[in-house]
Order: sequence, then C-alpha cells, then structure tokens
Amino acid sequence: MYQVLKLLRSAPTSAKIGMVAILINVVCAVFAPVLAPYSETQVVGDGWESVMWSTDAVKHDPPVILGTDHIGRDLFSRLTYGARNTIALALVTTALAFSVGAASGFLAAIMKGWVDMLLSRIVDILMAFPTLIFALVVLSVMGTSTTVLIFVIATLDSVRVYRISRAVAMDIEVMDYVEAAKLRGEGLWWIIKDEILPNALLPLVSEFGLRFCFVFLFISALSFLGLGLQPPTADWGSMVRENAAAISFGILTPLIPAAAIGFLTVGVNLVVDWFLRKASGIKDVK
Amino acid sequence: MSEATRLLTIQDLWIEGYQDERWYEIVCGVSLHLDRGEVLGLIGESGAGKSTIGIASMGVTTAGCRITSGSIEFDGQELFGAGEETLRKLRGTRIAYVAQSAAAAFNPAHKLKQQFAETAVQEGLMTYTQAEKRAKELFRRLDLPDPDHIGNRYPHQVSGGQLQRCMVAMAMACNPDLIVFDEPTTALDVTTQIEVLGAIKEVIEAYNMSAIYITHDLAVVAQIADRIMVLRHGEEAETNTTREIIDNPREDYTRALLSVRKRRGETVDHGHQDTILKVESVTAEYGNGIVVLDGVSTKIERGKTVSVVGESGSGKSTLARVITGLLPPIGGEVRFQGQLIPQQTKMRDKELLRRMQMIYQMADTALNPKQRVRKIVGRPLSFYFGMTGKQREERILELLDRIELGEKYIDRFPGELSGGEKQRICIARALAAEPELIICDEITSALDQLVAEGILKLLQNLQNELAVSYLFITHDLDTVKAISDEIVVMYQGKVVEQGPAQQILNPPYDPYTDLLLSSAPEMDPDWLPSVIEHRKELQKQGVNIQT
Repeated sequence: MYQVLKLLRSAPTSAKIGMVAILINVVCAVFAPVLAPYSETQVVGDGWESVMWSTDAVKHDPPVILGTDHIGRDLFSRLTYGARNTIALALVTTALAFSVGAASGFLAAIMKGWVDMLLSRIVDILMAFPTLIFALVVLSVMGTSTTVLIFVIATLDSVRVYRISRAVAMDIEVMDYVEAAKLRGEGLWWIIKDEILPNALLPLVSEFGLRFCFVFLFISALSFLGLGLQPPTADWGSMVRENAAAISFGILTPLIPAAAIGFLTVGVNLVVDWFLRKASGIKDVK
Repeated sequence: MSEATRLLTIQDLWIEGYQDERWYEIVCGVSLHLDRGEVLGLIGESGAGKSTIGIASMGVTTAGCRITSGSIEFDGQELFGAGEETLRKLRGTRIAYVAQSAAAAFNPAHKLKQQFAETAVQEGLMTYTQAEKRAKELFRRLDLPDPDHIGNRYPHQVSGGQLQRCMVAMAMACNPDLIVFDEPTTALDVTTQIEVLGAIKEVIEAYNMSAIYITHDLAVVAQIADRIMVLRHGEEAETNTTREIIDNPREDYTRALLSVRKRRGETVDHGHQDTILKVESVTAEYGNGIVVLDGVSTKIERGKTVSVVGESGSGKSTLARVITGLLPPIGGEVRFQGQLIPQQTKMRDKELLRRMQMIYQMADTALNPKQRVRKIVGRPLSFYFGMTGKQREERILELLDRIELGEKYIDRFPGELSGGEKQRICIARALAAEPELIICDEITSALDQLVAEGILKLLQNLQNELAVSYLFITHDLDTVKAISDEIVVMYQGKVVEQGPAQQILNPPYDPYTDLLLSSAPEMDPDWLPSVIEHRKELQKQGVNIQT
C-alpha cells in the first residue's frame, strides 16, 4: 500500500492531472444517486432549457445547472448517471477482454506449435472484419441487450489484447528464469501466473488504459447509431445523439456529454502515457 | 618529458552519472597524461570508470553522464567546455575510438570500405579513391585475408576477429593522433584474441601512434601498454610502467588483480566411486539440420568436477541442453545413475529434475526480477519437499548463510543485488533442491575477476561439504585450471580430448588443446611475440586456427 502511494507521488504533473480527472469521474459514477438532484428519467421542464447563468435554471428547485435535454430531463443528473453506466460498462468489457485475451496470448506464447497456430488464425479471422461492421451485424441479429453488447465488444477487443500479450510473453518466455522454472518441473499455471504475468504487467496495464478509452468511445459510437445502451438509460454517447439536433439552433447541450467523454479520455490517456514511459524504461534526465 | 611531445593531459577530472533520480560520481578527480607514441592501459573492474574516462578523452560523455569539473587538454586545446563543432572536427580525424563490439558498431547495410572511407571523405581529407587505397594498405598491415577485396564485403561476411581488425583499420583511416581502444578483444574467443592483439600492437608501433587501451584483463593490457593505470571506484589506485606494475605492484588491490588463480587445494575424497551421469555417443542438431554435437561421450563421478572447455560454437552449451532435456538428441543416450532417462524435460519426473540443477551465465536473466529472494530460493523447497511456513523460512536462511549472504538479503529483489550476489542467489536456488549434479554454464564469465574467484571458492567448499558433482562449461582456461578434476576439450561438436586434469594440462599436449592453452594471456609483456611464434609451429602441424 505504502509502495503504491510512493509510486503515485512520484508521478509527473500530467499524470496527476489525469488521475484527478479519473477520480472525478469515478466519484460521479459511484455517488450518482447522491450527487444527481433529479432521477435519470424524470422530466423536470421544457426541452433544451438554458444553462445555469440564465434565469431558466434557477426557476427550478434544485436548479438545473446544465440545463435540460431534448425532452426536458435534467442534463446534470443524466450526466452523472451516464458516467456510472458508461464507465461500468467499459470496465466490465475491458476486464473481460483482458482476461480472455491475455490468458490465450500467454498460452500461445508458451505452448507454441499448433496451439499458437490455432489461436492466432482465429484471431486473424476476427481481425479481418472491420470492428464496427462486425458489431453492427451481431447486434442487429442478437438484439441490443447490455449482455450482448459487453460480449461483442469484449470479443473484438480481446483479439487485440491477444496480439500484444503474445508478443510480450514471447519476449519473457525466452528468459533464463522461465527456462529454470521449466527445468524445475513447474506446470503451465505457475509459469503463466508467477513467471510471465508479473513481468508483463506494466505493458498490459498501459494497454488496459488505452483499450478502456476505446471501449467507451466505441459504445458512444454504437449509441450514436442507436445500437448502444437503449433509452431511457443514460449514457454519454446516446446523450450526444439525442441532443444532436440542438446544435443547429445554437444550443450547446450536445457538447456537454461530448466534453465529458473527452475529459475522461484525456485523463486516462495522461495516466497511460506515464505507465508507457515507465514500461519502456525511458528515463527523463533533467 | 618535454612539453612538445605531450599529447593529452587530463587533470582532476570529475564525472557524474544520472541514476534513480540522482547524480552519482563515476570518476572522482582522475589525472593522467599521454605522450606521443605512448600507450596507456586503463584497467579496473566494472564500475571503475575506465570507459567513462576513455570517452571523456574525446571531450564527450555518454548519455546520462556529465563532466562536472577538470581539464582535458588535447594537443594544446582544452576540450572540456569546447563547442560541439570543435569536438566533432577532432573525432574520427584526430581522435578515434574502437568499441568492444564490432558487430554492433558497423552498419550491416554498407560495405566495409564504404564505412572505412566515410569520415575521411566527409571531412575532405581524401577522395574516395585515396581512401580505398589507404584501406587496402591498412587491411594488409592488419593481416586481413585478401586485403585488396575484403573491403567489398559486408560486415556479416567476415568473422568476429576480422571485423574487429577492420574497425581498428577504420579508426586509423585518417591517421589520428590518438586512438581509444575500449575492450576491443573482450568479446572474442581466446584463440582469436591473439591475432587481434598482435595486429593492434603492430600498427601502433608501425605508425607511432598514441593510444589509451581500456580492459579488465591485466594480462591483455600488459602485452600492449607502456604504462598502466589501475582504477578502482572512479579513483586512481596506482600508475606505473607495465613492468613495474607486474613485477612490483605497490597497492594490495593491484596485487589481488595480479594473483593468477591458484590450482585448488586438496579436495575431499568422498569414498564413493559411482558414476552420476553418463553421456554415450550423443548426436544433436538444431532444426536446420546443422549437427552441433557429433558422437559425444563423457561421464561424471560423484563429488567431482568435470570441465567442458572449447571456443564458441564448439557445442559445449548444447551438451548442457541435451543433458537437461531441453534439446532432445537425435542419437545416443544419457544415463543418470545407470538409469536411462527420458530425452525431454517434460517427460522426466520431479525427483529426477530435482537431482539435476542448472546455473546460468547471466544471473540477470536467470532470476525473475519481480520475485524476492525469499520466493526465488523458497520455491524449490516448497515445490520439491512441500516445505511451508517456519520450516521453509529457516531453510532459506540456512541456504543464504551457506552462500555467504546474510538474512538481510531475504526480502530483496534481484535488481537490488550486485552481479556476484545474484550469481550466489542462483547457486542457493540450485542447492535448495539438494541436487547431485549441478550444471554450471559459463557462470563466472560475466563477473569481475575477483568476484568470480569468490564464486569458484564457494563452489569448491560446497562440493567438499555436500559431495555434489559439477559439470562446468567454460571458455576460460584459468577457471578450468582452478577447479577441474576431469577436462573435456571440445571443438566443432566433437570431443577432441578428455581425461584427468593433470594429464590434459601437462605435456604432451594434443595439438588443439595446446592451441587453447597457449592462447590464454599470461602476465608477461613478452608473452605475445612468443605465442605468435608458437602458433606458427602449431599451424605447420596442421592445426586449423580460425581468425
């Protein structure tokens, strides 16, 4: 625990800003029911009421500080609930993609031969489809339930994780300490868990951050096409889509959830950059 | 010495290196001087700052280092603080540098003569045709085969020793005043080293050049240098003429470096006369059909040390891979205590694996950097003997004690250990399994001389106490002399000669063994000319000497 704190303190300013951004998002996601003045679906006024500095906002109690959306729901409340849905979904999906992708990648690197051949060719086939097309086809056939959404995106992401973990594990697998473990007679599970995983962790964690961003961008894209989370559930992508028309009237409402997406993405990327620099062993000489 | 002949004067030089967010002193106030036509040897163990000083004599440092104070005066010109443009003009034309690994220093995409001519032509000192002519002259001087056409080859088309000589030629292309040699023969086989050393010595004398020769091997530098400076922890320990350093060292440290490894003392006879391991006419090849082991047979008795010696490519490490089951042989058999054992590691049972342990050359890569010493040493205990908790903890401490490291090491990561300590942890890991045979693959070649000696002593003590057998793979003849009961000499996948150490190391020699033995540098400035003579004789007897 102390070591983790020490590590966080040694982070450069950019990474600290990123951490704060992530923290704000996580707090919003966890405490959404407390923070949000209204519920996710409650209609509180007219469509597209203006933001806090206008008189519209204060006529409500509590005030609608970011205005209302196209059917008059409080935008700030939907944004906090949206954080919860978007982040939770992205987290579950990325975690699933990593467990499957990394496990099979490590396995292919250690077993080599036909195991590697089989897994790699399956991955090649999956990678041959453009991701959005693949997702659209599967989602239109299987329906757009949250479970299907998670599985489709996790599958698509796991093939990329597989590629990276296989490459990382192949570099580690040739080390003498892995050979020493094999000569000791250690089984596959020990070699994966105790010899390879700890040494592959840093590059994989940084990849995790990147994938995480891509997942909620992808969900946003799907929501935008109407295949993501279904209304009235709030998520940032669909909020942009629902309010998109407002932009032609000069109303800024759709830009607010878009900014939330941008804020979290930049935050995660700042932290990931720091991890990547650490993983590559580049030292900043002052 | 008159001032006119003084080429380089370094005074009170301080250099710092950046590591772990801090600046550390690497060189602490070293002063030296070099006259025209003189060769200065810089010698010390790793971390002594010898390479840093060598590079600093060109007025530069490697990335992450900085010169903090001092003066570097080259031919009347101050280099410390001089502009990049001034230094660039000097480098390559007036000061040249020869790196340790020629293979890494040459660009594989260009012909040798193109790389030879690059600096000279760029600086406008010669035309390409003139440079070509000079290349041929130098190649001839350096005894390279076919000097008129070797320049048309690419770096991968010549051998390691030849490439190193090409680099010497390249350094001399512009006829510089000073050449800095940074461990130019360290990466070469002993037999190849002689040719390169001879060539360097000859051209230095022929062109009356000044040179700084950096190495960790006192015997090597004694062949070339007029004066030697011994460095330790970034400070000067002693400077004197080569003869004086060797005959009358003043410092204890120099004396320690000088002490040639003694033939070991009495070994304990454990009374058993059983054969632990027997290898019978084993033949092995890698996937591409190249035979790397050709009918090799040998055996190891309990409590004895068998050394396998040979140059790189002789198949000695492959023999270890066959014995451990990492490379199944295509012919022959391996018996452990009379039992025929499965060819592949994964077919062998736990008990058999336990009795045969391995120690690697690079302790850095043999220890998992993310595991603490407790886990590294403790794992074999729980894996083979099912030890847990307090019992395991006590045994780990006992093992750490045995390898002469204390209990304070138990919570460290490999990154927090020195090279010698890491190798000791590897030994502890092997011992934890209570093996009957330990295969040691070049375990001392990555270590400094004094550290290596400590490791060898430790292995000897352990053998006396535990009656463990060693299969010791090495190319270092001093090590072989120091530890072996039996010696196996290998050349190109075949056993040239094997037998008790006394018999192999004393005349009459097998011609190839003679070549190997005579190639090990001796602490005698007159050794090089005599060994070159000796090699000519051996060649007449039909020994194939690879350059």
